[in-house]
Amino acid sequence: MNKLKLIIKREYLAKVRNKSFVVMTFLSPILMVGMVVLIAYLTKVNNDEKKVIAVLNESNFFSNEFLSTETTSYINFKNTSLEAAKDSAISLEYHGLLYIPHKSNLKKVSQNTVFYTKESSSLETLSVLEGVFQDRLREENLRELGVSPKEYASINSTFAINTETFGGEKSIKGVNEIKAIIGGAFGYLIMMFIIIYGGFVMRSVIEEKTSRIIEVIISSVKPFQLMLGKIIGTSLAGITQFVIWVVSGLILMLVAFAIFGIDPNILVEGQNVMPGVDTSISTEGEMFEVYLKEVFKLPWLTLIFFFIVYFLLGYLIYSSIYAAIGAAVDNETDTQQFIFPVILPLMLAIYVGFFSVFSNPHGPIAVGFSLFPLTSPIVMLMRLPSGIGEEGVALWQLILSILILILTFIAIVWFAAKIYRIGILMYGKKPSYKEIFKWLKY
Amino acid sequence: MNSILVTKEVTKQYGNYTALNKVSLEIPKNSIYGLLGPNGAGKTTLIRIINQITHPDQGEVFFDGEKLKPHHVSNIGYLPEERGLYKSMKVGEQALYLAQLKGMEGSEAKKRLKMWFDRFEIGSWWNKKVQELSKGMAQKVQFIVTVLHQPKLLIFDEPFSGFDPINANIIKDEIIKLKENGTSIIFSTHRMESVEELCEYIALIHKSEKILDGKLSDIKRAYKNNVFEASLLIKNTESKDVILGLKNKYNIITSNFDNSENQLNFSVQLPSNSSSEIVSYLNSLGNIINFQETIPSANEIFIKTIQSKGVHE
Repeated sequence: MNKLKLIIKREYLAKVRNKSFVVMTFLSPILMVGMVVLIAYLTKVNNDEKKVIAVLNESNFFSNEFLSTETTSYINFKNTSLEAAKDSAISLEYHGLLYIPHKSNLKKVSQNTVFYTKESSSLETLSVLEGVFQDRLREENLRELGVSPKEYASINSTFAINTETFGGEKSIKGVNEIKAIIGGAFGYLIMMFIIIYGGFVMRSVIEEKTSRIIEVIISSVKPFQLMLGKIIGTSLAGITQFVIWVVSGLILMLVAFAIFGIDPNILVEGQNVMPGVDTSISTEGEMFEVYLKEVFKLPWLTLIFFFIVYFLLGYLIYSSIYAAIGAAVDNETDTQQFIFPVILPLMLAIYVGFFSVFSNPHGPIAVGFSLFPLTSPIVMLMRLPSGIGEEGVALWQLILSILILILTFIAIVWFAAKIYRIGILMYGKKPSYKEIFKWLKY
Repeated sequence: MNSILVTKEVTKQYGNYTALNKVSLEIPKNSIYGLLGPNGAGKTTLIRIINQITHPDQGEVFFDGEKLKPHHVSNIGYLPEERGLYKSMKVGEQALYLAQLKGMEGSEAKKRLKMWFDRFEIGSWWNKKVQELSKGMAQKVQFIVTVLHQPKLLIFDEPFSGFDPINANIIKDEIIKLKENGTSIIFSTHRMESVEELCEYIALIHKSEKILDGKLSDIKRAYKNNVFEASLLIKNTESKDVILGLKNKYNIITSNFDNSENQLNFSVQLPSNSSSEIVSYLNSLGNIINFQETIPSANEIFIKTIQSKGVHE
């Protein structure tokens, strides 16, 4: 036990004192925050820019339908030819020119209207213009049918279905997506952690092999102790790095936003416009508040508890595989063929999560992948924000999933330790899968 | 109990390949024991079994009278053939770490390390990183780490490879000193000159089997075959007659005559226990300058034994 502590300490210090590790730890938050600030800043600048559109209206059907907004303003050209209007729109550097010709009826006018721009216009601008024509056409059609605008307004109503869970709780549309995103974030975190720090474990094993210190060490401690100490030490270094990232990232973000005077909501607003979102809540601010409430209502304790459980088991499984890979090869370039099959289930878990679990968190695919041990740490966490029990993950699934994971953990660590024990003493050759399989029998 | 280590019919297999086949050894206390054999014979496997890095499929190992157990690692010091240090770690810190892994207290380890560093005049390396050291310098550190915890049994696998002759001598003297202070030493090598100098006992391993072991002097005695070398200062008689007379009487293997000194050098194969007869005969021919039995060198024994066991691969 004492030796394990020594190994953990050494591995931790070796990692934490490593120059590139230190640089990464302190540079990453700066880069990340820099990127976010840049995006926010550009969004702001983009919104500040006003588009000017010239309107040359020769018809009798439009008069003042084009109303200037925050982002777009309209200027009416009068008594000029189309060619002259085009020239002046160009010379005045307007965004575009909307030409509405003179025709006998509205339909023909609409069909012959052209929007001229220097570069192809954005969808947003076009849909605003199209909206004006659609409204006008509808109005005209209604008039022909003999329905007054007032009557039309009275029959035009919006409707949002009321949703409630069987347990009687009111729920809001889009909450499932939010839950999935939060679960996905946890799953993604696990995947990133496994890939980054699993790689560290692997490189550290390779380093011991190439520097030929390994035999000295395992004449003092058991190979399994060394492997375990390495994995724990590296993870502790990883957790240290993560904590520094989160804390310094948050602080930097706040400082940066304060300096540049950017409203953090600018980043959130865009994301709120999700398909299927409840439209009866009018303003974005209100909606944001409702979602925030929903987020707070999530079973956070359960989530965090199971995050830790799945994180530990998943990470230990994968990092012992990484350690075994490091032991089997002689240098890092030989690792490629072994790493791909390791990353595959991780990628699969994330993709299955985003495509299948988001749309149907308790469907057969989601259940299957949340039981399969190599994907369950990620997929189960994506399902868990909906809670445990009737409305969420069935209890038996959760228990079975963890049970399978623990059994797999024991089996994989046993296999990995075996490969590790043999591999660290094999120098100078790149083993095949067949050979590694043979090692298991030694 | 006067054996520090006993192996009884130790067998180790890797798949279909037998790395060790029923190897039984007794390594006496307070001696230097040479473990000899060509590359790939199984020496390293045996050493790894003693260090409990691998475990035998069959057979038993006893350390100082007890069955070998994990706690014995603190009584064994091992300098492997494939040896190295963490490149980016500082020398002192690293030596301390390795000593603590062997079960030493930090403060005690530090004190002894300082002592050894001063002895080898490398005190100034304490805060250097290993990657700044030359190969020979790193080897010195490794040697210190191996012996620091004052183990009862030391195992050196090719300890002199990587040392220049001067440093190799320093290390050799240290090994002898350790032996004099009561440590038992297993010394694995295929370089025979160091075996002659250091080892009292040897075991020869070839193709996974022990083919020879015992006290080096006994083995040599067993391997001598009554070949004698002699130098004779001839007086009065014609040299031709002397040579002819000798050749008639004995089985002369080689001979050469030095005219200027009037000296005959020759080697002769004698029937066993008949050396006194030839000595008196030679005495009658002149002055015997030299008469001694040819003792085979460890190298000759090594090659001869292996060749007699089949083709050396």
